[in-house]
Amino acid sequence: MKDLNNAWCPGCGNFGILSSIDKAIDELGIKRENIVMVSGIGQAAKLPHYTNVNFFNGLHGRSIPVATGIKATKPELTVIVVSGDGCIYGEGGNHFIHGIRRNPDITVIVHNNMVYGLTKGQASPTSQIGFRTPIQVCGVFEEPFNAIAVAIALNASFVARCFSADIEKTKEIIKLAIKHKGFSFVEILQPCVTFNKVNTYAWFRERTYYLDSSYSPDDRIKAFETSLEKDRISLGILYTGFQRKTFEQNLEDCGIVYPVIRRKSNIKNDLLKSLKKNHSK
Amino acid sequence: MNSLNIVVSGEAGSGIQTVETLLCEIFRRQHYVFSTKEYMSRVRGGANTTTIRISDSRINGFCEKTDILLSLDKKGIERIRERITSNTLIFGDVTETEKNSFSIDFSKIALETGNKVFSNTVATGFILGLLNKDKEIAGSVIGSFFATKGDQVIKGNIEALNKGYLTGQEFRKKLLFEAHIETVKEVERELFINGAEAVGTGAILGGCNFISSYPMTPSTPVFTFLAQHSKDFNIIVEQAEDEISAINMVLGSWYAGGRAMVSTSGGGFALMVESISLSGMIESPVVIHLGQRPGPATGLPTRTEQGDLLFSLFSGHGEFPRVIFAPGDLNESIFLTAKAFNIADKYQIPVFILTDQYLIDTYYNIPEPDFSLFDIEYYYLKETDPSYRRYKFTDNGISERAIPGNSGFVCLDSDEHDEDGHITEDREIRRKMVEKRNKKIMNIAEIERFEPCFYGHENYEILVLSWGSTKNTVLEAISQIDGARLGYLHFPIIYPLPSNIDNFFRKAKKTIVIENNYTSQFSKLLKMEKGIEVKEKILKYDGHPFSVEQITNALKEKI
Repeated sequence: MKDLNNAWCPGCGNFGILSSIDKAIDELGIKRENIVMVSGIGQAAKLPHYTNVNFFNGLHGRSIPVATGIKATKPELTVIVVSGDGCIYGEGGNHFIHGIRRNPDITVIVHNNMVYGLTKGQASPTSQIGFRTPIQVCGVFEEPFNAIAVAIALNASFVARCFSADIEKTKEIIKLAIKHKGFSFVEILQPCVTFNKVNTYAWFRERTYYLDSSYSPDDRIKAFETSLEKDRISLGILYTGFQRKTFEQNLEDCGIVYPVIRRKSNIKNDLLKSLKKNHSK
Repeated sequence: MNSLNIVVSGEAGSGIQTVETLLCEIFRRQHYVFSTKEYMSRVRGGANTTTIRISDSRINGFCEKTDILLSLDKKGIERIRERITSNTLIFGDVTETEKNSFSIDFSKIALETGNKVFSNTVATGFILGLLNKDKEIAGSVIGSFFATKGDQVIKGNIEALNKGYLTGQEFRKKLLFEAHIETVKEVERELFINGAEAVGTGAILGGCNFISSYPMTPSTPVFTFLAQHSKDFNIIVEQAEDEISAINMVLGSWYAGGRAMVSTSGGGFALMVESISLSGMIESPVVIHLGQRPGPATGLPTRTEQGDLLFSLFSGHGEFPRVIFAPGDLNESIFLTAKAFNIADKYQIPVFILTDQYLIDTYYNIPEPDFSLFDIEYYYLKETDPSYRRYKFTDNGISERAIPGNSGFVCLDSDEHDEDGHITEDREIRRKMVEKRNKKIMNIAEIERFEPCFYGHENYEILVLSWGSTKNTVLEAISQIDGARLGYLHFPIIYPLPSNIDNFFRKAKKTIVIENNYTSQFSKLLKMEKGIEVKEKILKYDGHPFSVEQITNALKEKI
């Protein structure tokens, strides 16, 4: 890997997330040349530059459609979206919703630090009510975006939440997410040491707890209830188990034959025939 | 040359489409047929007309002249009032106070066969009887048109056709009507397609295996065509949640080795613009079919205009190259769309196919295209090693494009990046990357032999210019002008402009441009790129296409 000058602040939660992802990939034994990371814009979106994989670091908010196009075209690739709360929930909110509906076999890792770092400290869709910034001078008054609840409401096939400081536990969840067939959504809570003085490491430690073995992630109502908790924040796999066909499987069932990228036979005669057939009706 | 113009006028959802389809399918087995429609942006009601022109020679211009008006409702005449002359024969739902108009209740005749729903077939039969056409061909067309509806329906329709035919024959005798259109044997083997099908065919020919779009008139029929053919030609088709998603899926597909396109129109394309810029930065191929309609904003959703030439040329922030094709007929639509995929892949740039509602919705017959004239070219690397660098500096600016899954990592960044695709702010690299991206198409017009199409008098004094969909109408208009030495230069490729065009202008004493827009965007392009000034302009921007008559008259005034 190239020795790049890392753009993250010392102490940033991103380092823990990168470490969890790298370990997960290594432990799963996936060849790195078969992994594509897709990211958008923001500090989180720079993550693919700091590891050894193929990557498509595209536009703000648009990683999920890019990842969908890659996976549908070449399903043997392992496709992982890595971006922040502003990118996926704000600019790309519509794609988050419809990506879950479409259910491509991709893993979507969202760093959630409840603030915009790269643009220097404005509110994000997950900033808490009352959070003051140079723009939100009276404090945020919008209801924070509850992505976990939204994902469960949309019947996402894998929904999990992690805390960046717990590298080992986060790694285990990422491994399961990558292995899961379908849209796997992992939100990783992460302190921003420079611009978010409210949601600090200590703040997350006080509120988070891991779901234990008594919790069944296939109970959608329970999962939804858990996602709405106000006084504490659950970590672990909140919802999975319900098997939905992936986008690529649906394409195959609809007649797409893989690989699609190189056409095998000469289609010119078939094309002419089909144009004639079209107009004999 | 003899031709006859039949206009069918009715409300949306009233069966006008059945009449136009049946008539075209029947006529196209015996004559050259041209058909174009104009319609309102609504599902039912409103004002829709279809012009069907049959001829014994291959002419495909849009004529306003109306020989026969088939009026399917009370407002049938009012819709095309300005196209009716003292020679127009009017049949159907009319009050006979109009000159040459004859009230015929097609529903009543249909009821005699047992069902009012056959009234459109009665009207079809009426026209065939009036023109004294072969009934057997009509019977077989009806048989296959209603094939899925069962024998009872076919039988009822044949009966309705016969009844209408008899009525038509009565009028033919009473009015001593005769249309002198010779039957042409060769047309039977020809294709009868519209612009949307031509663009879709070109995409398949070009190797398209992925389309993602969001429905928007008039670009949707291309999307539909590819969906209808997706199983036969292995094309991934997905309707995206918005146009931004559509083009980003398409960029993802190219990255993974696909040959992908979007089909969109003005407002939808506006949403894609940031990603056009992305394709410029990451040097991704992408093919954009842009079916123009009148703007700004929602504009006239179902109407036509050539208003987005400069928009497509300047779409996307920053400086990066692109190619714009503007096919003028069905053949150009097929082969330029196919070529767009090769050019996009070879130069790693966005390539536009600029059509409009008029071209998309216009049908006529063409000889079987010779698909052997085109071959798919693949430019991506099949194998790489760890030393692979996606943005390696080269003499012509084009670096080899690999797809992921090999030992060389393929790294793209929308930020300025180094040869490996990693984010950088190094000034020297920035300067070199800007040069690399922009020089990729420096000599493309010569290398790919981009040429305008010249028609008319070799020793012309007056040079007429147009681009895109106006081609056939201009060609016919020019053929009708006597006494002036006219040359006609049609541009199916509008950016980059062919390099040798200065010669064409040197010979001309006067130059006239014809464009379906207000600001004469093509003449602005000519001035900007070549310093060529075109003073005479024939412009139209009411949402409707030029007619042969309009162009002929306008040219006569300018000459």
